[in-house]
Amino acid sequence: MHPLRKKRLTIILFLLAGVGVAVGLTTYALRQNINLFYDPSQIAAGEAPANVRIRAGGMVEQGSVVRAQQDLTVHFRVTDFASSVPVQYTGILPDLFAEGQGVVAVGRLNTEGTFVAEQVLAKHDENYMPPEVSDALKKAGVDNPYTESTVTQ
Amino acid sequence: MWTLFHKFGSPKWFFGIAGRLMPWLLALGLGLLVAGLVWGLAFAPKDYLQGNSYRIIFIHVPSAFLAQSVYLMMAVAAVVTLVWRMKLADLFVQAVAPVGAVLTFLALFTGAVWGKPTWGTWWIWDARLTSMLILLFLYFGAIVLGSAISDEKASARAVAVLILVGVVNIPIIKYSVEWWNTLHQPATFKLTEKPSMPPEMWVPLLLSVLGLYLWFGWLACYRMQTEILRRERRTRWVRELVRAEGH
Repeated sequence: MHPLRKKRLTIILFLLAGVGVAVGLTTYALRQNINLFYDPSQIAAGEAPANVRIRAGGMVEQGSVVRAQQDLTVHFRVTDFASSVPVQYTGILPDLFAEGQGVVAVGRLNTEGTFVAEQVLAKHDENYMPPEVSDALKKAGVDNPYTESTVTQ
Repeated sequence: MWTLFHKFGSPKWFFGIAGRLMPWLLALGLGLLVAGLVWGLAFAPKDYLQGNSYRIIFIHVPSAFLAQSVYLMMAVAAVVTLVWRMKLADLFVQAVAPVGAVLTFLALFTGAVWGKPTWGTWWIWDARLTSMLILLFLYFGAIVLGSAISDEKASARAVAVLILVGVVNIPIIKYSVEWWNTLHQPATFKLTEKPSMPPEMWVPLLLSVLGLYLWFGWLACYRMQTEILRRERRTRWVRELVRAEGH
């Protein structure tokens, strides 16, 4: 290769490495701001501030959803299978909201440790299957065919 | 090897090769794309949770894949522009940047339409969505910078530097769903594992991805040919070509 071209290529590689390191360090320093939500373990460990608008995310715990008789208030627990956080929400939930599904709730943590949500978003996972397959799997007692370890109940 | 590489950089030689490839790319690309889309949108089974709204994946995933691939191709072309000063590399960048921008917009738009019923929101500032929006702005930047500088060589170099600085965004888009908590789900297609989807869903998806890539190949050739004719309009071979076409 021509020495001039070799020099240009070296400069480009240095440029790319420099930009990469700069962006890497910046995103590493800002990682808590880039994270969309706190998970229940972080909230249990006291990392999330109280009475500040934050997002909390995780799975809706099985058997934890309690709907009020009078209004649209719903109580449920969000879990990451290590800790869980009680959530209270008044409003219409997205269609995909269900026990065992992922959610991201926007709201405030009150002083009793309950997360009072203003908005609940459903988090979809990367698994897709036809309804017949899902029914058959439920009958067989398998939760998710794509991860072999989660044969439960 | 280097002689072949330099031969490839000649616009006249590329014009001929592209002309021979284009009918194949167009026929195969459109065929696969139509087959994949019809199969996916009309015949594939619906999803057990999302029902029919998941079908947007057959447009969303191919355009998002290709939007990132086009940027990577532009980055390779940018290195060639800066190191070897090859005219053809800049031609490629100019020709495909608007295509990449449209694909990125399509990915963002279809994602928003799907996000409203599925997540409950059109838009959220999570790492995946934000980095994809940055990709759209990088494409806009490359297009605008390219047309703002009238000197061809200076404009090619400026655009190449911009593209290379922005290429750091591509791994961020790809790994955003693994590095940070996001609302966007992780990838369904992984190179190392089998897809988290039954074959009657991923086969049409794969067809539309392949079809879109081939169709893009045709579009890139077509746009580059046009640009070659414009830039080389004063050369002898273009004049002879125009005369041979019967004017």
